[in-house]
Amino acid sequence: MKLNQLTIVQAHEGLKNGDFSSVDLTQACLKRIKERNEIINAFITVTEDLALEEAKKADKMIEDGKQQMLTGIPFSVKDAICVKGVRSTGSAKILDNYIAPYEATVITKIRRQGTVLLGKTNCDAFGHGASNENSMYGPVRNPHDESKVAGGSSGGAAAALADHQCIFSIAEDTGGSIRYPASFCGVVGLRPSYGRNSRYGIMPMASSFDTVGPMAKTVEDVAILMEIMAGEDAMDATTVPDVVPEYSQKLKVKSQKFKIGIPKEYMELEGLDTEVKDKIEIKIKELENIGHEIVEVSLPHTKYAIPVYYIAVPSEDSSNLGRLDGIRYGAQADADNLYDVYAKSRGQGFPEEVKRRIMIGTYALSAGYYDAYYRKAQKVRTLIIQDFEQAFEQVDLLVTPTSPFPAFNLDEKKDDVLAMYLADVFMSPAAVAGIPGLSVPVGETKAGLPVGMQIMGPRLGEINVLSLGHTIRIVLKNYSEI
Amino acid sequence: MQLSPQQIEQIATLARLDLSESEKTMYAKQISVILDYIDMLNEVDTTVVEETCQVTGLEDVFREDKVADCDEEVRKNIITQFPEKQGNLLKVKAVFQAE
Repeated sequence: MKLNQLTIVQAHEGLKNGDFSSVDLTQACLKRIKERNEIINAFITVTEDLALEEAKKADKMIEDGKQQMLTGIPFSVKDAICVKGVRSTGSAKILDNYIAPYEATVITKIRRQGTVLLGKTNCDAFGHGASNENSMYGPVRNPHDESKVAGGSSGGAAAALADHQCIFSIAEDTGGSIRYPASFCGVVGLRPSYGRNSRYGIMPMASSFDTVGPMAKTVEDVAILMEIMAGEDAMDATTVPDVVPEYSQKLKVKSQKFKIGIPKEYMELEGLDTEVKDKIEIKIKELENIGHEIVEVSLPHTKYAIPVYYIAVPSEDSSNLGRLDGIRYGAQADADNLYDVYAKSRGQGFPEEVKRRIMIGTYALSAGYYDAYYRKAQKVRTLIIQDFEQAFEQVDLLVTPTSPFPAFNLDEKKDDVLAMYLADVFMSPAAVAGIPGLSVPVGETKAGLPVGMQIMGPRLGEINVLSLGHTIRIVLKNYSEI
Repeated sequence: MQLSPQQIEQIATLARLDLSESEKTMYAKQISVILDYIDMLNEVDTTVVEETCQVTGLEDVFREDKVADCDEEVRKNIITQFPEKQGNLLKVKAVFQAE
């Protein structure tokens, strides 16, 4: 096995035992990025010099007996998350030259351990998209089949990981942006409960939906990252004060038996790919065989999650993106008067989808339409939350496909905006309700494309979500091969 | 619902977006399709439902209002990135214009 293929746990052990240095590990990742970035396009910015400098520092820390869990481990950060002193574009030309003067709290927590930053990953601009085709730096290709999309919006984060260009990735999930690419690329990705991880320093998209979470090769690695990332932050008043559990320790305890709900509205969806459905049903059967209880549940307002999402999110988007006006930072267009500076900087600096969302949001929030759209959506949102609350009175966890289909061809859905929005069908409900959702790979289609299973839990119920994910990856890994 | 070219024009002005003619035509069509889809929400009776504005249940999160100095390096970084400046000041076009 090559060094860049290691998990966090394996890399940590190897560094501890002196089998290799952080510089070796970092060089292996940088070599892979150099070989592959032209094709996969996972990275917008590669911070090679910084990475080697940080690797040397990490090796010194290890030599001095100061190794922590992530010391010396190379990782990537989605470009919509600010890293101090590093170019952070959010995949939009309006921030092409932007060097973040400050840093996201979650990134500072990770870097404090002596990690190695490899660079910033490609994404749909400001997280707007499900295919990573809305980046002004080109689409990301799926490492499993380069004619397919990597999924979005955190396509670069997932592809870099699946292609072994980094050991772990930090990304952001507003409506499915971690889970969707994780399922398309065959890696593990967690959208944490809203409020669990600080949002300070991420480029805000929809403030009442945005979450920052980890992507890794195993559930155990994701649990380790959550222990470090989670917690209250004075810079984000929406973070909750609840104690951060020892997620990774909990996974080592003999696995618990859960009552698992299968929402019928998800499994009966028209357009659910038969191969995807088969893979999920096989896995559900296996879970039952090893002692978990499976029950059908109903989430009657599921079909309203997308319309709620695509009113509430563009509304919050249009408000948040008002800060990008070419005045204080970023690219300023040539213009004669103030209005034209705003309008031209924004017109040229945003891609099509960003402008579309700003237009929808501006319309929905404008005088006369606020009640009809935004307020209506926020009311239906309440009903979707109540659906989940009632389901979690009956069951511990919910299991569904992450996406209704595997990775699709580049350009296939590009012009059908509504079809692209509908891709979020299984992921937007958790986002609307602010509950955690984990995507774990559960196999591949005949064409070799990964299929992801989504595990949802009640708010702040990450422990059980991760525990079941771990069972699926470890206990059932060999089971399906028998 | 079909948005008129005038409505698209007005939304773009409110949003400070300079759009080309082809973008205006495209958005008029697409946004109308999306709004029609969203009209599905009217099927749901929400007369007695409260709206959700946030999901954490947190109320009145306060912190002390303290003045904190900006690190000199951060300050320099911010000023360096001003698109237009005069000394250390951000320069903008005139807000009011003579008729």
